[in-house]
Amino acid sequence: MSAAEPGIGRTAALSAERLVRQPIIVALALIAALLVAGELLSPGFASGEQILRLLIVAALLGIVAAGQNLVILGGREGIDLSVGGVVSLSAIVAGNIMNGADAGIVPAILACVAIGGLFGLINGVGVTLLRIPPLVMTLGMLGVLQGLLVVVRQGIPSGNAAPALSGFVTQPFLLGLPGIIWLWIGIGAFMAFLLRRTVFGHRIYAIGSNEHAAAMAGVPVRLMRVSLFILSGMFAAIAGICLLGYSGQSFANVGEQYMLPSIIAVVFGGTPLSGGKGGYTGTMAGAVLLVILQSILTTINIDEAGRQIVFGATLLVLMLFYGRGRAMRG
Amino acid sequence: MSGLVAQPGAGAHTGIGRIFERFPFLPAFVILIALLVLNGLFEPNSLSFGALTGLVSTYLALMLLAVAQTYVVYAADIDLSVGAILSLVNVSIIVLMQLMGGSALSVLVACFAGIGIGLACGIFNGIIVAGLRLQPIVATFATSIIFTGIALYIMPVSGIPAPSVYWRTYGGRLFDVPFVIYLAVAVAVILYVIARTRLITQLLAVGDNQQSAYQSGLPVTMTRIRGYALCGVFAALAALCITGDTASGDPLVGGAMTLNSVAAVVLGGTALSGGVGSVAGSVIGALIIGLVNSLVFFVGTPSEWQNLVQGLAILVALTVGILVSRRAGQ
Repeated sequence: MSAAEPGIGRTAALSAERLVRQPIIVALALIAALLVAGELLSPGFASGEQILRLLIVAALLGIVAAGQNLVILGGREGIDLSVGGVVSLSAIVAGNIMNGADAGIVPAILACVAIGGLFGLINGVGVTLLRIPPLVMTLGMLGVLQGLLVVVRQGIPSGNAAPALSGFVTQPFLLGLPGIIWLWIGIGAFMAFLLRRTVFGHRIYAIGSNEHAAAMAGVPVRLMRVSLFILSGMFAAIAGICLLGYSGQSFANVGEQYMLPSIIAVVFGGTPLSGGKGGYTGTMAGAVLLVILQSILTTINIDEAGRQIVFGATLLVLMLFYGRGRAMRG
Repeated sequence: MSGLVAQPGAGAHTGIGRIFERFPFLPAFVILIALLVLNGLFEPNSLSFGALTGLVSTYLALMLLAVAQTYVVYAADIDLSVGAILSLVNVSIIVLMQLMGGSALSVLVACFAGIGIGLACGIFNGIIVAGLRLQPIVATFATSIIFTGIALYIMPVSGIPAPSVYWRTYGGRLFDVPFVIYLAVAVAVILYVIARTRLITQLLAVGDNQQSAYQSGLPVTMTRIRGYALCGVFAALAALCITGDTASGDPLVGGAMTLNSVAAVVLGGTALSGGVGSVAGSVIGALIIGLVNSLVFFVGTPSEWQNLVQGLAILVALTVGILVSRRAGQ
């Protein structure tokens, strides 16, 4: 940017450089590189079947990250640490409502999305009306959700997924792809439409980059922020239902593993934690990237300790590609 | 000094406002007293010297971990790896003491080695976050994975006991006074001395306004690295306490404590946005968490409801604390 008047010869080089700096391009290149590396390390890693399985796992993370993405885009340190708790709660509630019967799927979805939305609403009200910082509010809510899980788990069995739900998540549905992949693509299209083509979407960027200016321009900032948290809770609830379909049963705290990875997927997708810029398409690539990385590490023949060390170190190296803060200038 | 602690725009003209500015932990202190009274009402024995000593010996680790977190929060940073550092130091000193035969000298050597390990982890975090300019939340999450991996490498499964001289000393008495009382007094003196150092002033200045701190000639990057280093040392001290309390090694012992350390910091009146706060508040915050847990038990909450009530109580305490200190500041 500091090169105010690039010479004609430098324009092409600059635009190539800009292309390389696009987070989604970086993520896609890294995904391709990791697939090649995986295939070299363990032949069959990049087979169609295997990639499909990775995409299912990535879809689960990606759906949670959709809500996380919205909250982060809205700025003012927006973050939702409670998503993991909502995923767990939703999985167990859905399992009990459907209890192995297809007839229970629709009621389960309605109930879970309502529950997720309710917790999002409480988060949103705390953040806007009471002006509690999002990190603190959602951290406190996570504690409540974890306690609620203990209560729920005590009173009722873990519950089973309906066959149709399991089929939707794990079996081919259309063009050889399972339903969850289509659902994820649908969510991707919905998010792209929402963020680029609707007033609501434009207002998200507006409050994320300059809340005061947005408020001056008549954007209902509080209402916007509450809706973002509600959407985050709803997406987490949907992910919880899908997770139940994936594993067949709900386990204690299955959702916990989505809390921080959902944030990392957003960051790897090119949405900085400061909000106001970025989008969901990158986040989808970020989710795939994270899942492939984890999967490669499980195929390498090292113990759990080594795997964690390599995973953490790789995350750090990858972060160097994305949104490093600006250097201090006088 | 008051110029550094005051939040911009907050009117320090009213009497109450000035008191809160000087003692940001005042709301927490009131909550602490209320909790002590409630504990005493429901279980008179809980206010006995022995019971309070037990509370301190159980929660000294969380207090120190909250103090560790406070030093980075001063500078508007955050460290999600404190729990992992605690785990790493815990397993490291256990293995070291075992290798050296479990004598009193080996305990001493291991303690110093543990503090060194905490320091190294802290400096590593500082270089990653401040030096490489990565976002603290995601970067320290990545380093926490690395530290956990190293802890798992050192001790793959939990359960190796500490030498008896170690936990007998921690849980024992010296001249008829419980050993943890000496520790608590020593910690208080150390905290008092640290609070007077220039580093704390610099950390608060960086947290208050990084840009203006830089422009007035502060070494911002170096200050933040020092903050993380101090955080690592106190996480190690917390590990020494938890080792005395649990008397065994567990590579995952600190995992759940990270978010509690953040909650304790906020409960204590320290703003996550940096620039204002106190370690005394964080110590009180950790005690509040401990007293909430014991109160929920004393009022006879059914066991499966305890976590939920604890979670709700902490969420309410977080909210009330923030609301009260804001109102007082206006």
